[in-house]
Amino acid sequence: MIVEYARSRPWKSSASVAIAVASLSLLCSGCSVAEGPVLDPKGPIALTERDLLFRATAIMMIVIIPVFIMAAWFTVRYRGTNRKARYAPNFDFYWPAEIVVWSVPAAIVVWLAFHLWEYTYKLDPYTEIDPSVKPLQVQAIAQDWKWLFVYPEQNIAVVNELAVPVGRPVSIDITSDTVMNSLVIPALGGQIYAMAGMQTRLNLLADEEGTFWGRNVQYSGRGFADQQFQTLAMPQEAFDSWVQKAKDSSNALDAATYEVLAKPSEKVPVTYYSGVEPNLFECIIGKYSHGDADRMPRSSKAQLTE
Amino acid sequence: MDIFGRLTIDSLPFYSAVAASGAAVTVLGGLAVAGAITYFGAWRMVMTRWVSSLDHKKIGIMYIMLALVMLVRGFVDAAMMRSQQAIAYNNEGYLPPDHFDQIFSSHGTIMIFFMAMPFLSGLANLIVPQQIGSRDVAFPFMNSVSLWLTTAGAGLMLTSLVVGKFSTAGWTAYPPYSGVEYTPGVGVDYWLWMVFISGFATTMTGINFLVTIFKCRAPGMTMFRLPLFTWTIFITSVLIIFAFPALTVACAMLILDRNFGFHFFTNDMGGNMMNYINLFWLWGHPEVYILILPAFGVFSEVVATFSQKRLFGYISLVCATIAIGLLSFTVWLHHFFTMGSSAKVNSFFGTMTTIISVPTGVKVFDWLLTMYRGRIIFKPPMLFTIGFLVTFVIGCLSGVLLALPPIDYMMHNTTFLVAHFHNMIIPGVLFGYLAGYMYWFPKAFGFKLNEKWGTRAFWCWIVGFYIAFMPLYVLGMLGMPRRMEHYDIAAWQPHLVVAWVGAFIILLGMICLAVQLIVSIRERNEALDLSGDAWNGRSLEWATASPAAPYNFAVLPKVESRDAWWDMKQRGVAYQRPEKYEDIVMPKNTYAGLVIGVAGGVFGFAAIWWMWWLAFLALAVIAGTIIYRASDDDDEFIILASEVKAIEDERFARLAKAPKNEMADEPGFAGESAAEPAT
Repeated sequence: MIVEYARSRPWKSSASVAIAVASLSLLCSGCSVAEGPVLDPKGPIALTERDLLFRATAIMMIVIIPVFIMAAWFTVRYRGTNRKARYAPNFDFYWPAEIVVWSVPAAIVVWLAFHLWEYTYKLDPYTEIDPSVKPLQVQAIAQDWKWLFVYPEQNIAVVNELAVPVGRPVSIDITSDTVMNSLVIPALGGQIYAMAGMQTRLNLLADEEGTFWGRNVQYSGRGFADQQFQTLAMPQEAFDSWVQKAKDSSNALDAATYEVLAKPSEKVPVTYYSGVEPNLFECIIGKYSHGDADRMPRSSKAQLTE
Repeated sequence: MDIFGRLTIDSLPFYSAVAASGAAVTVLGGLAVAGAITYFGAWRMVMTRWVSSLDHKKIGIMYIMLALVMLVRGFVDAAMMRSQQAIAYNNEGYLPPDHFDQIFSSHGTIMIFFMAMPFLSGLANLIVPQQIGSRDVAFPFMNSVSLWLTTAGAGLMLTSLVVGKFSTAGWTAYPPYSGVEYTPGVGVDYWLWMVFISGFATTMTGINFLVTIFKCRAPGMTMFRLPLFTWTIFITSVLIIFAFPALTVACAMLILDRNFGFHFFTNDMGGNMMNYINLFWLWGHPEVYILILPAFGVFSEVVATFSQKRLFGYISLVCATIAIGLLSFTVWLHHFFTMGSSAKVNSFFGTMTTIISVPTGVKVFDWLLTMYRGRIIFKPPMLFTIGFLVTFVIGCLSGVLLALPPIDYMMHNTTFLVAHFHNMIIPGVLFGYLAGYMYWFPKAFGFKLNEKWGTRAFWCWIVGFYIAFMPLYVLGMLGMPRRMEHYDIAAWQPHLVVAWVGAFIILLGMICLAVQLIVSIRERNEALDLSGDAWNGRSLEWATASPAAPYNFAVLPKVESRDAWWDMKQRGVAYQRPEKYEDIVMPKNTYAGLVIGVAGGVFGFAAIWWMWWLAFLALAVIAGTIIYRASDDDDEFIILASEVKAIEDERFARLAKAPKNEMADEPGFAGESAAEPAT
């Protein structure tokens, strides 16, 4: 019977097949996405970003759903062969319809704009998460094709691994010693570009223990696909012993070691350094900017003028 | 100095089987076309009637042929990427990074610059003069130069497959990666020169159509009587004129960086890559509207014609088009919210971006209201339109999400972004252009395209689209970055396999399009459009013969309302024979456009390979051709009134054989009378 029905209305049967296939593929994918970093965040920044994602999606359904309904309804109802439907060939203007189609999307945009400003200020990567707590300082340097993290207060450095204590804000100063990169840890938040001669910053916080992947997401050449690292979110005691482990390393990151490390290399294993060349991060920026303060984005410029 | 610059025998692609076979296909394809022309003895016809033609309709057809060829090439790239990503979980797949990176770079470059742009110019050329009741575009010779310079750019694109390697810097070529320090070799230079040359051509096309629409309208065709497609080409031309110089300048500066030791965008010596990114997107964002507005125009024409109803909200649609055009220059920063701008700057550009969704939403509702109380006939162009309406709003949703800076921080550079812009460009731009191709094909060639294969193509494209791109949204939620040659996260692979299946279904859609064209040509005598009004149309292009005479209109029409042709049919003044014909002056054919195009291509090739003597020679040829052409006063010819009469007599003889209405046999046909039936 379905076949017969389909034969009589070929356009309808193919439409239903298409919808069935599309919704099946959506369903299948729905299962794993719930566990993905975007929908299952591990820190307040990513969580608030998700919150905005949900709210904005919901409000836009006011426009999206009527489009689906109208498209389906009008296509079926006003098909040429349906002689019962009213036909109004000169119906081309109707004030109330015009007012609705302009004002409803405009009202949604006003709603969105208020949220947009609020959330953009709240989630500005430069904004400190909790001004009452001194964040852990980390300096991230993008290289071909790895990430070097320097902990200035602990005087350690590590390649392709980032450890953070759970519950304590982390402030990551970012620059690049190569082409443009972009640092993201999807479960925690991000991203922001890393650019040579300039400094950007990410403020993050992990409020659950775990291992979350992070990486460069701005295409940067041959080794791009493997330019990733693990973020270890651990309790303070575990973090302290992680720092100790790095301090026990026999490698030191002096200027000469850095020169070698900065050369292009792929799939570099996690490497710890105890003792870091003083002002390494500033020197890397200065190498390209010749100390030109105008080249440094906001935060560092502010520091310089202070 | 070596006369071959940096070109050596090692530049030929014998280093990789995949690259060598790509080159072989390109070369053999070119030889096959040349062989076929020779076999059919058609060189004279091709050269004298087409290549040298200044007829806007023929130029339009050649543009669209170029677009379709490049669509195939761009699709092959896409299929190769999908295949690589489907298998490259914890292994290197079949493409090394260097090759994969060239492919995603060429895919984007081809689809934007050499598929969408020529398709847009082609449709505009074919239809706009006929819609405004004109005999030609404002600058027919410049039109020919535009075509051949665009083709030169596309030629460089194809050449890069055979000689040397293409860029690995993506279609946006962000410095400093695209700088000579990090990407030496010819790849980025290929990209730069082809974009530079074809960008020049596009700028001239924009100027041409702006002037054409301003100055060449038939008597009575006021701006607010212009069909929507012409309106969208008008706004697109304005956008082209203001936006493309930014791209040309950005390219020129990067060329200076790479070849002459300048430091506009380098890491050090005072260069700053952020300037390039701003310039690029100052062009790049208007560019997406340059692409999509004409598609909106096509949908507006198609939805009214096949709903057999006036377009709903004409003034709203025009205002929305203008609003989108203006706003498109105020949002470019949303392509790089993550570059570290302050919350204030990001909020401003985010808000402006969401505002664009208002006129876009208005358009969607006006098209839906056009269908309301219509009598819809489901021809392939209409199917593409309905498919667009439903699918496009999903892309609008993801677009508004990405316009919110905090969400962009998460989703930028992921496949969510890739899914979003394909969601705009495939159902929006490409479906629009394909709808236009099927809708206006009878106007160009005098017979309709096969509907059965058109419908099949539509279903393959739309189902394939959903299956190929919905998984990319999901992958974005899983954090997958774009441009990954391989990966080690197991959860990604199933989605990439599904996306691969989608690409395969789109391949079937491509095959259906090819079969449709072949079947239609073979069975053309069964689908002839004798009246010139293939779909019971509404605007003036349907007043001409199919295909239209070189002069389009023997007597320029007098326009008295919107939907000018529909109005003439209603008033019973359509198909009237004038009392007498007059001589018509038309531009003569010339090879000058072709010469400039070929010289432009040679110049690009020479500049890429540092054969400076050849570059200067090519420039001299271009300058000489322009001077020769400018001083040639004998560039027009007269079609005598008697010849016009002969052509028109033949048209009326065909009209006599035509059915009274080409659509009369359709089950959904609403009847001749547009009067509202009593209820």
